Amino acid sequence: MKVGVVVFPGSNCDRDMYHVLSDVFDLDAQYYWHEKGLPKNIDAVVLPGGFSYGDRLRAGVIAAHSPIIKDVQKMAKQGIPILGVCNGFQILVEAGLLPGVLLKNESLNFMCEWTNLIVENNTTPFTNQFKLHDKIPIPIANGEGRYYVDDDTLKELKKKNQIVFRYSEVVNGSTDRIAGVCNEDGNVVGMMPHPERAVESEINPIDNKPSSLIFESLLTKTGVHN
Amino acid sequence: MAIYDVHVTIENKPGISDPEGDTILNDLVLKGTQKTVSKIKTAKMLKFTIKEKDKKTAQSKVQEICDELRIYNPMVSKVTIDVFDS
Repeated sequence: MKVGVVVFPGSNCDRDMYHVLSDVFDLDAQYYWHEKGLPKNIDAVVLPGGFSYGDRLRAGVIAAHSPIIKDVQKMAKQGIPILGVCNGFQILVEAGLLPGVLLKNESLNFMCEWTNLIVENNTTPFTNQFKLHDKIPIPIANGEGRYYVDDDTLKELKKKNQIVFRYSEVVNGSTDRIAGVCNEDGNVVGMMPHPERAVESEINPIDNKPSSLIFESLLTKTGVHN
Repeated sequence: MAIYDVHVTIENKPGISDPEGDTILNDLVLKGTQKTVSKIKTAKMLKFTIKEKDKKTAQSKVQEICDELRIYNPMVSKVTIDVFDS
């Protein structure tokens, strides 16, 4: 199973993601520079965290105009699983692949801490191994992580089951405690917390199994596991 | 053709919280001697220099750039465009 890890100038979680995909889950991970295209035979795409273009203008907006995004948009339409983590989530939002926007945290601080997520949609390619309302201990590390949608969009998200993760408590002022959402088809998922920093027991002091299920879900979705 | 300076001010729409503006107001300005200030809003300004045939064209061209390239996020922000002779 081939997973593309897209690298932008300023990505800094690309190697962590690559390590987890290839060393922990034994997937065929490949880096793809943002100026190049993605191959057609790819099974999933991950946009990793970091600070693409130094968060200039607005987190993710400049990377959202990178040439590779056209391929990501095509693959999104084809139903290929696409995961955006942190800055990857911000890029997916700015590219119009996911609804909403990510604003500066209410505290205006860069927040680097452990949080708990609650699974609100267990039908996506990244959450199909969870039970609804499972709890995931997972770290966040962001300055612009406050998810915002207006009331009408929030109603739509609820109606269409597009809220994938919520924080268990108020963390940064996100609308309705939203930490992750998906597109209408469910194949594109964005989340602010970092699963790649939580799947190994050596660096997860709480419980690494829940985060692992995000990647196990992808393996199941693509037929690697049954 | 003439050269124009175009100032693009990006600010939050009404109803979108502006914690930085609130902090400047509550924890700096109102803690000083001035008590007549009731609101401070932060904004980002981009200054374009552009060569166009007239002010109106300069304004519409910059507006087009802002819309097409998502210089501002219309969900939460609005832009004000002011054109000056360079």
